[in-house]
Amino acid sequence: MPQRLLSDPEQLRAAAVRIRKNIVKMLGRSGSGHPGGSLSSADIMTVLYLNEMNVRPEEPLWPGRDRLVLSKGHAAPVLYAALAEAGFFPEDELLTLRQWGSRLQGHPDMRTTPGVDMSTGSLGQGLSAACGMAIASKMDGAPWRVYALVGDGELQEGQIWEAAMTAVHRKLDNLTAIIDLNGLQIDGTTEAVKSLRNVADRFRVFGWNVIETDGHDIPAIMKAFAAAREAKGVPTCIVAHTIKGKGVSFMENQVGWHGTAPKPDQVEEALRELAAAEEVRN
Amino acid sequence: MAEMIATRSAYGKALVSLGARRNDVVVLDADLSKSTMTAEFAKAFPDRFVQMGISEQDMMATAAGLAAAGKVAYASTFAVFAAGRAFEQVRNSVCYPQLDVKVCATHAGLTVGDDGGSHQAIEDIALMRVLPNMKVFVPSDATVTEWIVKQAAEVPGPVYVRLGRLPVPVLYQPDQRFEVGRAATLRNGNDVAIIACGLMVSKALEAADILIAQGIEARVIDMFSIKPLDLEAIACAAADCGAIVTAEEHSIIGGLGGAVAEAVTSAGKCVPVERIGVADKFGKSGKPDQLLEAYGLTAESVAQAALRCIARARGM
Repeated sequence: MPQRLLSDPEQLRAAAVRIRKNIVKMLGRSGSGHPGGSLSSADIMTVLYLNEMNVRPEEPLWPGRDRLVLSKGHAAPVLYAALAEAGFFPEDELLTLRQWGSRLQGHPDMRTTPGVDMSTGSLGQGLSAACGMAIASKMDGAPWRVYALVGDGELQEGQIWEAAMTAVHRKLDNLTAIIDLNGLQIDGTTEAVKSLRNVADRFRVFGWNVIETDGHDIPAIMKAFAAAREAKGVPTCIVAHTIKGKGVSFMENQVGWHGTAPKPDQVEEALRELAAAEEVRN
Repeated sequence: MAEMIATRSAYGKALVSLGARRNDVVVLDADLSKSTMTAEFAKAFPDRFVQMGISEQDMMATAAGLAAAGKVAYASTFAVFAAGRAFEQVRNSVCYPQLDVKVCATHAGLTVGDDGGSHQAIEDIALMRVLPNMKVFVPSDATVTEWIVKQAAEVPGPVYVRLGRLPVPVLYQPDQRFEVGRAATLRNGNDVAIIACGLMVSKALEAADILIAQGIEARVIDMFSIKPLDLEAIACAAADCGAIVTAEEHSIIGGLGGAVAEAVTSAGKCVPVERIGVADKFGKSGKPDQLLEAYGLTAESVAQAALRCIARARGM
């Protein structure tokens, strides 16, 4: 049976708040990085590392582990915060993000950070790497699964659609792609920059099993992953409708918070809000 | 007359024998398996062959994923696509994470022939050589190709192997021993050193024959290991011969000539270097021999470069 660190949605919600707090703290300390897309995918990443994926934090390179490729590599803070929450490395280390000598590079580096399964950061390449892992798992008749978190702006990269064909052609039902559909990218809304039209339809036309979900509703995310595991002969794409900057009111749906770190007073304000969110739920 | 075998054919054969020995070896191709010769592996080991279709970028990053999951992934297509089209995938998904992806690129250089300049990679050595963690090999014949293809599975991390379309003379006996980072000296001589790679090695040997008629003894070095480069062989060539000619089926910018020139600047002795290669131009359609002639990649032009180089050395 897969090892699940947490199974209670309430506990997962609390963990997601802790992860968001850590994202804000890390970025405040580093002075650079990407809060918007880290916060939008915090609930998805929480469910992945603390519930869905079969991983061994004490043995990060365990060959039988499920793998995650953070195709939208600029959301490294959410990956690091989730890995720390799962126990891959000490939480204190998060504050070294992007610093000289840190194991936490600006974008994920599989050679330096325990728990990072693939180096990413150049958009459009991660889904292909995830396909490669899923093919390897199938070749070996292994049970482990592969997850790829893909940005919506990232779908403008042509290679994503090459990989989308590969996954279907090779019947990679051990692969689940999650699209963080927050609707914003550096230069504006995805609609204004280069419209993606209907993302779910596009993946459906490519032959994927598509599940649409609210990317901030933890039980719904859990349900989507469970359904993905049931799909046979086709890869699953979870189109997760999210809010960029989710959880910090002044960052929500603001293009400017794609790649700008909060100042100290903004960190304080954000942490106050997140603490309040924690209390309401408790 | 030596037996003629294309390095791509030697690659196809070597892959099959490697595949029989190691079941962690997988092969990817982008709809060119009959030309790159990976079709032989596909036939022998269909479960370990991944046909990617016409998507080289996807192929390189998929190979990276396979390697990240413990496979040794050989990825093949034409050199212009492997090094050019998929450059950034090779950089960020393969070299940066130091993954076991062995990029074996065929149809390198002008001798692609009729297909013309769009398909003749003249810049791939330069592109691959500049990447950290990447090893670059340009085999000159079937024997060294077979060794490199098998050796690539043993050396950890990314490897680029540059292979040709055209049959070329077999230069080595099957029992010849090679080493990574160690050039093979095919002919001894102390008047000038000709450092060549790929099909220009056999041209260099012909050039040495031309030179001997004029009483000039040329050393011929097969620098099949471009990275790591055999710095010692280059330093010795500079010290012993005092004049160096490089010969490659590649741009004179950034390839073997560039690498040797860089090495000479840090070698003990400053010696003139003449670079034979494609002079910063794209190729064109034509028969391979016509192209080699038109672009000056002949034994005669190597011999002339040797004479120029010796004259320069005397004038120093």
